[in-house]
Amino acid sequence: MSAESLGLAASRPMIASRRAGPSGERVFAVLVTAAAWVVLIALGAVAAAMFWGGLPAFRAFGWRFLYGTEWNAVTRQFAALVPIYGTLVTALIAMLIAVPVSFGIAVFLIEVAPRWLRGPVAAAIELLAGVPSIIYGMWGLFVFVPFMSEQVEPWLIDHLGPLPVFGVLFQGAPLGIGMLTSGIILGIMVLPFISSVMRDVFALVPVELKESAYAMGCTRWEVAWRIMLPYTRSAVAGGIFLGLGRALGETMAVTFVLGNAHDLSFSLMDPGNSIAAVIANEFTEADSALYRASLIALGLLLFVVTFLVLAGARLLLVRLARQRGE
Amino acid sequence: MSGARPLSGRYLRRRAVNALGIGFAVFATVFGLFWLAWILWTTLTRGAAALSPRLFTQMTPPPGAAGGLLNAFFGSFVMLLIAIAIGTPLGIGAGTYLSEYAVGRRIGGMIRFVNDILLSAPSIVIGLFCYTLLVQPSGHFSGWAGGVALALLLLPVVVRSTDETLRLIPATAREAVMALGVPKWRMITLVLYRAGRAGLLTGLLLGIARISGETAPLLFTALNNQYWTANPASPMANIPVVIFQYALSPYQSWHALAWAGALIMTVFVLLLSVGSRLLIGRRPGM
Repeated sequence: MSAESLGLAASRPMIASRRAGPSGERVFAVLVTAAAWVVLIALGAVAAAMFWGGLPAFRAFGWRFLYGTEWNAVTRQFAALVPIYGTLVTALIAMLIAVPVSFGIAVFLIEVAPRWLRGPVAAAIELLAGVPSIIYGMWGLFVFVPFMSEQVEPWLIDHLGPLPVFGVLFQGAPLGIGMLTSGIILGIMVLPFISSVMRDVFALVPVELKESAYAMGCTRWEVAWRIMLPYTRSAVAGGIFLGLGRALGETMAVTFVLGNAHDLSFSLMDPGNSIAAVIANEFTEADSALYRASLIALGLLLFVVTFLVLAGARLLLVRLARQRGE
Repeated sequence: MSGARPLSGRYLRRRAVNALGIGFAVFATVFGLFWLAWILWTTLTRGAAALSPRLFTQMTPPPGAAGGLLNAFFGSFVMLLIAIAIGTPLGIGAGTYLSEYAVGRRIGGMIRFVNDILLSAPSIVIGLFCYTLLVQPSGHFSGWAGGVALALLLLPVVVRSTDETLRLIPATAREAVMALGVPKWRMITLVLYRAGRAGLLTGLLLGIARISGETAPLLFTALNNQYWTANPASPMANIPVVIFQYALSPYQSWHALAWAGALIMTVFVLLLSVGSRLLIGRRPGM
């Protein structure tokens, strides 16, 4: 493909380029270098802007901002434990669903499905990643929340609520809105990201390894569980981190179904909050500088946490690439 | 070689585990497809019920009145154009730097790393950033701020696809052109960009698909506007934020408009992403 355009392109520009001389060369190099620095600076600028914007909140509340539970616009007391807790819990529920399901999908696509089925199924699963997050939110609010509150949550409350210790997670009214519903929707959302990483890295497992295992009499599941998974361990962990980063920072899907409650509750049935949802719900209505600074400080927290998670994902994914390169 | 019986017991257990495992894999796939079908079906049926030509001819209405989404479509269109105008040249430039100028240098690895972080960074944080950078100093929400926020989300997609596309072009092609005495920048603009046309276009289309549905970064940059405006310096209506506000309102007529907007947006986004994948699917080896 490049060979044909070569013939076309190389004949004409020769003369033009001599006229342009080395200055065109320098200008182009400076332009692309500047563009690359924009990328680098953009991330630094985001971090710096969040830091300066959130500073007044950290100054006013100190460490209490992280472990306090009061969020009151009238008395101007802001502390972030409730949204932090909600973010972590919904992301955890999401990962509990998305990780095993993604593994199953990847195994299906690599080892189980007939060849003709693989392309269409993989494309359909990737469509899930293409659906805009606000659609998940609307579907969640208008369809999934009623389903949860009528069909699923009454059963959970009746059967799991009375259990010792665990029961606390399943007590309350079956509102449908809350952390359990949000976590499930988040799980569906991040599933295509994790499964596509898993599928890609499973496809990289050397065929000799798999064939040797089959020749020893391994079953398909044993090949998947004992050969493919250990071989791609670090990259699979990277894919999971990537999904976790998405789940932590997702905004629209959870804003619709979390309920924007500022009370700390351990029940998954109760309305809760997440960092991203608080910012989305309240930022335009924040009527004092301290209120706005507190929301930006929440944004900084989210940014730092997702940065660490995504950086971890990158490092884990790079390891497999390097292992293959050597 | 003694026990045929214990061996066969173990064999049966392994077969049972295998059947369970494979059964789980099939179940997981059906599980994933089930949600896709449910979500798309909901969007399709509720959206189709609310479709009408009014959507494209009338402005967003006050509660209870009839109306359309014309100003929101237009606002989204303008902000997409701003984002494309900013994000595409920067992204292709940075991708070119990574693939052609940073070979074997640490800075290349660093920029790729940062770009990958930007690619998955929470979009609401990007929105907050554009608020503190553009909205706060100017004192008002604006279409420009929305466009810049979207550009920041488009940028890493274009950078990555440019980098990957250009790196796939064999080094021999570069050497052949350079050997003719063509300067490097001419080689890049006239040969590499042409050879990688399909890849560059795919990256851009995927990026547009991604930002077309983004809501969070627009909430506090472009905000919303009930009226028609063609001035990006003022707050601008846009499809995602209108959907967000209407869906959370208590009015039936607004819900219907939100579903119609959701359907059109989803179809647009999915067509873009499927179309761009087909474009790249034609090329062998990718």
